[in-house]
Amino acid sequence: MAKRRLIELAHARSGDKGDTSNVGLIARDPADYPILVREVTAERVKEHFAGVCLGKVERFELPNLGALNFLLHESLDGGGTLALKADPQGKTYSSALLRMEIEVDS
Amino acid sequence: MIRIANGQGFWGDSLEAPVEQVRRGPLDYLTLDYLSEVTMSILQKQHTRDPKAGYARDFVDMIARILPDLKERRIRVIANAGGINPNGCRDAVLEAAKRQGIEVRVAVVTGDNILPQLDDFLSRGVELKNMETGEPLSAIRPQVQSANVYFGAFPIAEALGQGAEIVITGRCTDTALALAPMIHEFGWKENEWDKLAAGTIAGHTIECGAQCTGGNCQVDWETIPNMADIGYPIIEAEPDGTFVVTKHAGTGGRVTLDSVKEQLLYEMGDPREYITPDCIADFTTIQLEPAGPDRVRFGGIKGRPATEFYKVSVSYSSGFKAIGSMAYAWPDAYKKARAAEKILRQRLDRLGLRFEEVRAEFLGANACQGIPAAEPSAEMEPLLSEVVLRFGVRSENRAAVDRFTREIPPLALNGPPVVSGLGSGRPQVEEIVAYWPALISKQEVKPEVTLWPSEG
Repeated sequence: MAKRRLIELAHARSGDKGDTSNVGLIARDPADYPILVREVTAERVKEHFAGVCLGKVERFELPNLGALNFLLHESLDGGGTLALKADPQGKTYSSALLRMEIEVDS
Repeated sequence: MIRIANGQGFWGDSLEAPVEQVRRGPLDYLTLDYLSEVTMSILQKQHTRDPKAGYARDFVDMIARILPDLKERRIRVIANAGGINPNGCRDAVLEAAKRQGIEVRVAVVTGDNILPQLDDFLSRGVELKNMETGEPLSAIRPQVQSANVYFGAFPIAEALGQGAEIVITGRCTDTALALAPMIHEFGWKENEWDKLAAGTIAGHTIECGAQCTGGNCQVDWETIPNMADIGYPIIEAEPDGTFVVTKHAGTGGRVTLDSVKEQLLYEMGDPREYITPDCIADFTTIQLEPAGPDRVRFGGIKGRPATEFYKVSVSYSSGFKAIGSMAYAWPDAYKKARAAEKILRQRLDRLGLRFEEVRAEFLGANACQGIPAAEPSAEMEPLLSEVVLRFGVRSENRAAVDRFTREIPPLALNGPPVVSGLGSGRPQVEEIVAYWPALISKQEVKPEVTLWPSEG
């Protein structure tokens, strides 16, 4: 097994709904989708966003798109207009997730 | 097959995109999205001050610019530019057409604005509970600024059926703008859930403009061609619910499986349950395939019956905020910015100012992402050329927020060294307009469609 950064295997886009951010994670090669399913669990994502995501993390699978969708609850400082954050809509959380290191077969 | 284009992903998007969409290739429908939750409350305020205002003024200027092209090419326009005052928007469009000596049939969809009925609803036990917190709306009733129902595609399709060349709506779902012409042209019925779901997903794919044609796309972004002339998206829709996403030939940008997948996941909740007034669309059923250069074909989409509810968006005033920024330069830029934060907090304490929230972030050193993995390393930190302290406060008390803004400019002279105020002076105090998402039974509200021929 070897460590690799998610950005080598995947791309992503994030958006917002109130105080919840969503991060869609997409395998660059659909053949790598099972690796994402195995490695990028809701628990790992919660840990990766420590101090940012204060609520729970939910994960949904879209095998047809080779993609996972994560909902990061309580991660936008109240969300929308209430937030004092530089990124109140979590637009940069997409590549924040891609910083994660995962184990892949070497 | 019909061609449905998006020329505006939000109010503030490119002023040239709708013009390019109309002039650079074949098109049947042009959809334009102008409304966000913030926009509705701004428009409500404008309407309160001036009963003729309260709609997206930019839309009228846009129509004036492209009306001859629309008529010549028989392109019909669907826009949610009506905001709080769709009838006012229609009058302005008809006036602009008249000035050019052009006759145009304009329909409006109204009935979404429930602000006048709000107290009636509450007194009848329609609580409009917050979908996230469960609180009843009565808790914030005095602060409410606007209240609108999200209508779906069928009222717009009805307007097209009446012969409208331009359809102006108040609040409706973004996806309805693109779904409506499919319902109208193909005669889709209210219980053809798979087709309605397909049209909804087509709408979702193009609703953010160029965000599906190579804009904000992470895959090989440096090689995306001619971003300066990026093409906005076009749906080629078929009567069976399949469709192709593409853009005009010769424009910049890129339509690939990657660019389309990113947009599909944008603002996604549970992908099996994308709920609109028209249907529930299941994003896990989408089958994508490349269909030539800058073309992606969609098929296999399944949907389920719509719910009994409309979503309601209520905006209400919720205090004040201000955010100030100071840039600190090498050496030890990050350390200086953090020292300035500490000093500011001490000064606010000495003044006895209390806030609901105080937040400091450091632009250039992990302000946006904020996660542990994005912190600058110990080696990198002293080398940063500059770090911007971004310091914000929020309070119900306007005076406290205003007093805070006076503490930012002095830092240029009375705090840590080598600092720029970024030429922006004292921060502005902003009124916060917050959102209250709720549901309302479809029995309580009815959309109304009215067609207006211009005076000829």
